[in-house]
Amino acid sequence: MIAFFGYLGGRLGRGLAVIVGVLVLSFLLVRLAPGDPAMLMAGEAGTDDVQYVAKLRHDMGLDQPLAQQLLTWLGQAARLDLGYSYRNQASVWSLIAERLPATLLLMGSGFVLSSLIGVAMGVLAARSQRRRGYLDRLISHTALVLYAMPSFWLALLLILLFSVLLDWLPAFGMASVDTDLHGWALFHDYASHLLLPALSLSFMFLALYVQLTRSAVLEAMGQEYVRTATAKGLKPARILYDHVLRNAFLPVVTFAGMQLGQLASGMLLIEVVYAWPGIGRLLYDALSQRDYPLLLGIFLVISVLVVALNILTDLICRWLDPRISSGS
Amino acid sequence: MPTSFSRPAPSGWRKSVRALSAALLASACLSITPVWADPQAGGVLNLVSQPEPPSLMHGLVTHVSSQYVSGKVLQGLLTFDTDLKPQPVLARSWTIAPDGLTYTFDLQEGVRWHDGQPFTADDVLFSFKQFYPQTDTRLAGIFNEFIASIDKTGPLQVVFHLKKPFAPLLSSLGSGLHPIAPKHLYEGTDFRSNPYNLKPVGTGPFVFKEWKRGSYIKLVKNPDYWKKGLPYLDEIVFHVLPDATSRAAAFERNDVQVLRSGDADYADLSRLSALPGVASSDKGYELYAGLAFLQMNLRKPPLDNVKVRQAILYALNRPFIVDNIFFGAGKVAQGTFSSSTPFHDPQLRQYNYDIAKAKALIAESGVDVGKTHIRLLNGEKGGAWERLAEYTKQSLQPLGFKVDVVTSDAATWFQRVSNWDFDLTYNFVFQIGDPYLVTSYLYRSDNIVKTTPFNNVGGYNSPQVDALWNKVADVAPGPERTRLYSELENRLNDDLPLAPIFEMRFPTLYHSQVKNLLQTATSLNESYDSVYLERSAP
Repeated sequence: MIAFFGYLGGRLGRGLAVIVGVLVLSFLLVRLAPGDPAMLMAGEAGTDDVQYVAKLRHDMGLDQPLAQQLLTWLGQAARLDLGYSYRNQASVWSLIAERLPATLLLMGSGFVLSSLIGVAMGVLAARSQRRRGYLDRLISHTALVLYAMPSFWLALLLILLFSVLLDWLPAFGMASVDTDLHGWALFHDYASHLLLPALSLSFMFLALYVQLTRSAVLEAMGQEYVRTATAKGLKPARILYDHVLRNAFLPVVTFAGMQLGQLASGMLLIEVVYAWPGIGRLLYDALSQRDYPLLLGIFLVISVLVVALNILTDLICRWLDPRISSGS
Repeated sequence: MPTSFSRPAPSGWRKSVRALSAALLASACLSITPVWADPQAGGVLNLVSQPEPPSLMHGLVTHVSSQYVSGKVLQGLLTFDTDLKPQPVLARSWTIAPDGLTYTFDLQEGVRWHDGQPFTADDVLFSFKQFYPQTDTRLAGIFNEFIASIDKTGPLQVVFHLKKPFAPLLSSLGSGLHPIAPKHLYEGTDFRSNPYNLKPVGTGPFVFKEWKRGSYIKLVKNPDYWKKGLPYLDEIVFHVLPDATSRAAAFERNDVQVLRSGDADYADLSRLSALPGVASSDKGYELYAGLAFLQMNLRKPPLDNVKVRQAILYALNRPFIVDNIFFGAGKVAQGTFSSSTPFHDPQLRQYNYDIAKAKALIAESGVDVGKTHIRLLNGEKGGAWERLAEYTKQSLQPLGFKVDVVTSDAATWFQRVSNWDFDLTYNFVFQIGDPYLVTSYLYRSDNIVKTTPFNNVGGYNSPQVDALWNKVADVAPGPERTRLYSELENRLNDDLPLAPIFEMRFPTLYHSQVKNLLQTATSLNESYDSVYLERSAP
């Protein structure tokens, strides 16, 4: 138990260092890009008043030296104060809190869809391959096609097919406006809005899961412990679930941890295409408006999410394979 | 319960079959189905808000997206018909003294703000004596120069006393740019951070209800609207849809009933306008009179040479640009001022596409235009503008220019152009009625200031032109003012500090069930108090 807490403490410490590193790098990269938020805001206000621009820069702290701004921001972040978005006239926390649930819902759904279907298809393909079946080739080729398609393009095709032509699903948004829905009707409304974005987000990763699971299962099936289990007279299904999958899952779980980080970036395009009111779009808007506090706040939240999920992945791997320990 | 015209989301293939059957039946019955003859009350109008507005007080933000939404909530003294003649809104009537020095406005009676407070002359005084002088530096400059005082002569009467005649005064008091701000909610506050900028309280036909950021903005009918019996609509919902293709799909599904110019890609316009039940119109932008132009930085060679600038305009095949790059969404510019306005001189010399003449002008200039690379800064305005930048590069190559197209995002473009860090760039201006009010900022030397891309960023400095701008402001409308504007436009046409490319057409696509949509010179940003949705009779 002490070893476990030591391991966890180490991972948390490294995670914290990664977050701080990401924040410093993000801060510097954002500032390296041209674009002045004060000038943009003054332009939107239709004013060419130099004093107004100077006042805005002062209010935003942009008249301070860069190092001072960085230290100030890190100090605020340490106190969990992410500052104020002048563009949106709201605190950064409130803006993120408003959008984060939508993103988590989409991200979670995309993750569940891609991992469950991908792993199931991968196992099916591996089993079919051993029987030299057509199913393996069908699944593998479909996966390859899905992987090769840009997700935003696929998203548009899905909208055209299921929303415009067939009229089965809504084309945009997270829920219907002006509805007084409860219970099943409310669930149905959210689910029908969620399905296409979640599918679009999951397809690319689904393909990777298929290929990864397929090769991992095939490799595990060739191991001697599987032959031993077969010789002992165990049923094929039990060999698959008790022995093959447990070992084959290690690379899959590791990939899942990485995927969660990539999902965050994949969401940006999907949220734009489906007008999904999530954090990806907030990030896009903040970037185009050079809303520095909001940008850094979003970077912080995404970094924390990715690091936390990676630690969780490590813990699951450790549980799946007890040989993995802090020292080895 | 309001009647929504957006489709509910059916849940299965059976619904699509039912929908198809219904569509076939509807089309079969169309010729015999009666429609209501008079405006019908009720219904929800679904519109697109893109980009999401930064504020809902459009007196503070000149963003079109803000005007589009809050134009239904907030109102100004007057608006303009399609001939740019002022029409009453909160000002019931007005009189102008013969010497042009006194404007008396009588305000509408019985008007209340959405929170129940009465609208009075104090609100108008507050708006034009405190609110706008602090928040709109350009209007403040005009008022400083021309306005002696603004007085209340009764609870519903306001008088503007001028120091000297200022012909464009009425143009500057329109609902589109300067809505009246509620004194009781703004006085004594920091106007720019006032919370009511995000939940506006106005006098308009629609009351702000909800802004779910990233999703939609909802307005509901004002039951106490001062025009009795109006508005017809129960609600207006502005959906925030960031992707052009998704907006087109939503329009095709009738999830949204109107697409403004720019909501759909230019390449998609002809397909969408050909859909059954869809109408298209260029009306409603007369006040804006958009003009796209090639901005040139006159500070360094070779663009400091007038013959080189003229050669550039001769080398650009503008009919090709309009027809093939913008898919007909425009008209070749005839001069500095929009040809749809009375300020344009129809006798102006034209720069018709003539590559031989362009080469001759380069030769005459004696400038080696290929000596240095020229940066054409391309902002993030959409695919057509990117193609225009590439086309420009190709068109100038035969003249010997070495053009590098530098593409950047909107924020970078904004900063670089504001800081004069460019050689060429495309931009556009809304003339907003009288050219003195907005267009002049592109040319007057007192607007060579590093704050915005929408002033004299090219560094054009002509004392004669400055003097002409000052004169047109002082002279009352009439033949003398027309002559002055003609002289001004001719001089600018010769100096060519920026090259007018095309007058922008703003096609609005809408489902024909939407009635009374385009009625004034700023139709889409109007209050929509008379807009209604036509439904078939039961």
